[in-house]
Amino acid sequence: MSLRKPPLYEAHAESGADFTDFGGWEMPVSFSSIRDEHAAVRDSVGLFDVSHMGELSVDGPDATELLHRLTPSDVEGLGDGRALYSCLLRDDGVILDDVIVYDHPTESEYVLVPNAGHDEEMLARLREHKLRWDLDVDLSNKTKETGMVAVQGPDAVERVDAVTADDVTELDPFEALETTIDGVTCLVARTGYTGEDGFEIMFPSEGSDAIEAAFADIQRCGLGARDTLRLEAGLLLSGQDFHSEDEPHDPFETGIGFVVDLDSGDFVGKPALERAVEDGPNEKLVGIRLDERAIARHGHPIVDDGEAIGTVTSGTMSPTLGVPIAMGYVDADFAATGTELTLSIRGRDVDATVVDTPFLDSVDAE
Amino acid sequence: MSFDIPDDLYYTESHEWLAESDGTVRIGISDFAQDELGDIVFVELPAEGDDLDVGDAFATVESIKAVSDVYAPISGTVTAANDALLDAPEAINEDPYGDGWLLELDGDLTDDLLDADDYAAQIE
Repeated sequence: MSLRKPPLYEAHAESGADFTDFGGWEMPVSFSSIRDEHAAVRDSVGLFDVSHMGELSVDGPDATELLHRLTPSDVEGLGDGRALYSCLLRDDGVILDDVIVYDHPTESEYVLVPNAGHDEEMLARLREHKLRWDLDVDLSNKTKETGMVAVQGPDAVERVDAVTADDVTELDPFEALETTIDGVTCLVARTGYTGEDGFEIMFPSEGSDAIEAAFADIQRCGLGARDTLRLEAGLLLSGQDFHSEDEPHDPFETGIGFVVDLDSGDFVGKPALERAVEDGPNEKLVGIRLDERAIARHGHPIVDDGEAIGTVTSGTMSPTLGVPIAMGYVDADFAATGTELTLSIRGRDVDATVVDTPFLDSVDAE
Repeated sequence: MSFDIPDDLYYTESHEWLAESDGTVRIGISDFAQDELGDIVFVELPAEGDDLDVGDAFATVESIKAVSDVYAPISGTVTAANDALLDAPEAINEDPYGDGWLLELDGDLTDDLLDADDYAAQIE
């Protein structure tokens, strides 16, 4: 099977990007250096091609009901131009994927944005429940014909506002508007995955040259910097920090219990989540600061007195803090902030401490 | 993209470099290798006095995106390790043939090492 390519692929190749396979897409991993790209986003502004994210159009009279019943969140309470972060659950409460639901500002549709490579799986899930519940919903997968870039950093608002036909400076977090950039119709949303202010911008892929040109002088950033930025901000990576088969967890264990609204009516997974609330989680995803220089990676064991109590799901050297950080699941008894842990990193025991996320707020820079 | 390959060094197919002076052989990783790895954030080195056999994985060099072992290109006893790298591993990116050296061995160069031309041809 050949890899899918984002509409800006040729432009990235000309900029000297190194590419990697991510969720079935051939995506830029870095353009210059992960450290430089990371710093650009923290200090000024950077641009990411995130066209590998899925875009599913959910339209029709019963679109709201379908999404409301397939997520644990209050989709009915969304208004035009508003978005929310949520997830799709299995019957047993396990997260299948985390998503953003956009209530389109001018069209009747919702735009559901799942992670790279999950578009067909989520579409199938929507279709299955539409039929099961006999709902009048039009579903289509717009991933192929939609491009998406994220412009992130303290200068992002000014830089995006300079090229949009309408004012975007007044948008609230998780608010979106439809406007144009050099004649190309775009959905501009105040969302992101870096812990910085900024926008994610969706556009028809045939408009990608115009979008590329509008932001020509902004530092290009790859998936490498995207990963270090999101980890410093304590944000989850689907498939790595949770996975329906390899790392099955509900939203409470994963630390995104805030997306669950048990008063929002029936939804898939609700009985399981109600039981989870009653019993309390067995395991929790925690932030971890390593107390020695070492890099924890996905799958490294977390131990206490030689006994396994958890597993690392993500880890890196924080470029901003100069301190190695990680996230991982631990038995609930070890999840309190300040708990001392030992990580087993390629046979070496490394001391570590449970810290709050985002790491940027809880860990002192070296 | 072109990489720095100094003429006065020897190289291996696994991208280590070697420099001999007064019976001591200094070893590091090449400009090409540091570029492949990207931003290096962690280095693990052997201790002085460790005996290495050719082919031993003697050091770990870890970048943000990958972890890589470094293999002993010759046998010998470690006479010095560049402990400055433990706190400043980025020196390998910035100066792979200078401040970014990894260790020194008491050993002899062998005939199967590559010269700069052979190595340049390999990474072309």
